[in-house]
Amino acid sequence: MYGKGLRALSISTVAVMAIALGLVFFYAPLEAEQGFLQKIFYVHVPLAIIALCGFVAGGIMAIQHLRTRDSRWDMRSYVAIHMSLIFAVATLITGSIWAKGSWGHWWVWSEPTLASFLIVFLLYGTYQPLRFSIEDPERQARYASVFAVTAGAFVPMNFIAVRLSTAYLHPRVLGSTSNLPPRMAVTFLVSLLGMALLYTTLCKYELTAKHTRAQLRALRRRAETRSGAEDASGAYARRPRSAAPSVAAPTIAAHTAGRPGV
Amino acid sequence: MSTVVPDRSSVSAGERTGASDGRAPGTFAVVRALLRKELLVELRTLESVPAMSLFSVTTFVVFHFALNRNSVDGDLAAGILWVTLLLAAILGVNRLFVADAEEGGFDGFLLAPVDRSAMLLAKALALLAYLLVLELVAVPAFGLLLLGPSLGQALPVLLGVLALGDLGIAAIGTLVAALAVRTRARDLLGPLLALPLLVPIAIGGARASSPLLALTHPGAPAARWLLTLGLYDLVFGLIAYALFDFLLED
Repeated sequence: MYGKGLRALSISTVAVMAIALGLVFFYAPLEAEQGFLQKIFYVHVPLAIIALCGFVAGGIMAIQHLRTRDSRWDMRSYVAIHMSLIFAVATLITGSIWAKGSWGHWWVWSEPTLASFLIVFLLYGTYQPLRFSIEDPERQARYASVFAVTAGAFVPMNFIAVRLSTAYLHPRVLGSTSNLPPRMAVTFLVSLLGMALLYTTLCKYELTAKHTRAQLRALRRRAETRSGAEDASGAYARRPRSAAPSVAAPTIAAHTAGRPGV
Repeated sequence: MSTVVPDRSSVSAGERTGASDGRAPGTFAVVRALLRKELLVELRTLESVPAMSLFSVTTFVVFHFALNRNSVDGDLAAGILWVTLLLAAILGVNRLFVADAEEGGFDGFLLAPVDRSAMLLAKALALLAYLLVLELVAVPAFGLLLLGPSLGQALPVLLGVLALGDLGIAAIGTLVAALAVRTRARDLLGPLLALPLLVPIAIGGARASSPLLALTHPGAPAARWLLTLGLYDLVFGLIAYALFDFLLED
């Protein structure tokens, strides 16, 4: 059930990303001051926007988890934050490259967005260690959700505080899309859509993989109990300790329970 | 609760009067009882506050040698003061729930038919009290050891800025402490979680107090920093209130 629509989603992601790249290199005009370097804008800014949206979405899913106690929401929240962390690393790297190219330094404190992004990244970097150091799966999910909600609310607050603290030394490349020339704006929006699709696809792949793994585990456990040679505790004890939430796969067990002679 | 405090008679007096007529005690009474217990435990063990105060003075000495400066003012002074206070506060945050987790205080509290948020409020108030005592030591020590301009005139406004910062530290600190205390790497995770969340307080606090500590032409802090601090306190106070119950469920 998790794999449904994955193929269509993957194909549309590849298509939109290809169109976006085509637009970036052949359609969007060269920027007057920065020239070719400015093209990184079409990768860096969508990455950053999607990563932040993913963090906030992870917080909203965590609220759902706390309200409904449905472990699937915890799983979605985990995957959203996990993927956002990867996107955040990519954002920091591309931002650094851009800063080096246009201002001559790898790191520029006077760029408030970059600075606040680093703080957000440092905060979310503790998400996995937090999960990893709680053993009870139910408590792990609950505490992780509390963290995700807190951190999700912290994201906008932090951006306000850091932006206030920084004098605007550098001209804003991106105030909003409204001050971009139309051809740049179109390219940017297509890149943003492509990045959003990429994020969704990767999240869906991770969810599917986790679900498949859980199903496989359930099947293997069944096979072992059927053969009866192993001791009953062996199948359970082999489960690795993990920071990631895992789905119980009750579907298979329920499905086959009534059929003794398969 | 009862395992932590030896003499139960004085501590649970308020609860018992409430429970005698069959009703659960009011939140205010519970908070008062819990706060009383916190402060009693701290007074008898002297676990957090002396360590925090001593740490702050030591940090000033370290800053003196590390920066090779006999006196500081303005931005630098505000930064040193706030970094020291935040790090000292984290020491207290790390110890905040340890007694409850190890001696069964959580179990005792969960068995009582009272509002769970009372514990958040009591712990935050206790942490606030620790911070006030810490500042009672740290601010004069800072004035004596490092600060160039005299503290006299700026003191009332500075205390206001510090109080605004303390509210936020208390709210975030309590939430983070409850989050970290029942993990395996408790001492590691507490500071790791707390510091990024406290960055906006460091920004607001340091920017608000730097004109107060300027050598020439000391001025009033800009209103937007006080507003930022106040807004941050409010938002995270509400978040802590909304989420704290989920940390106490087992």
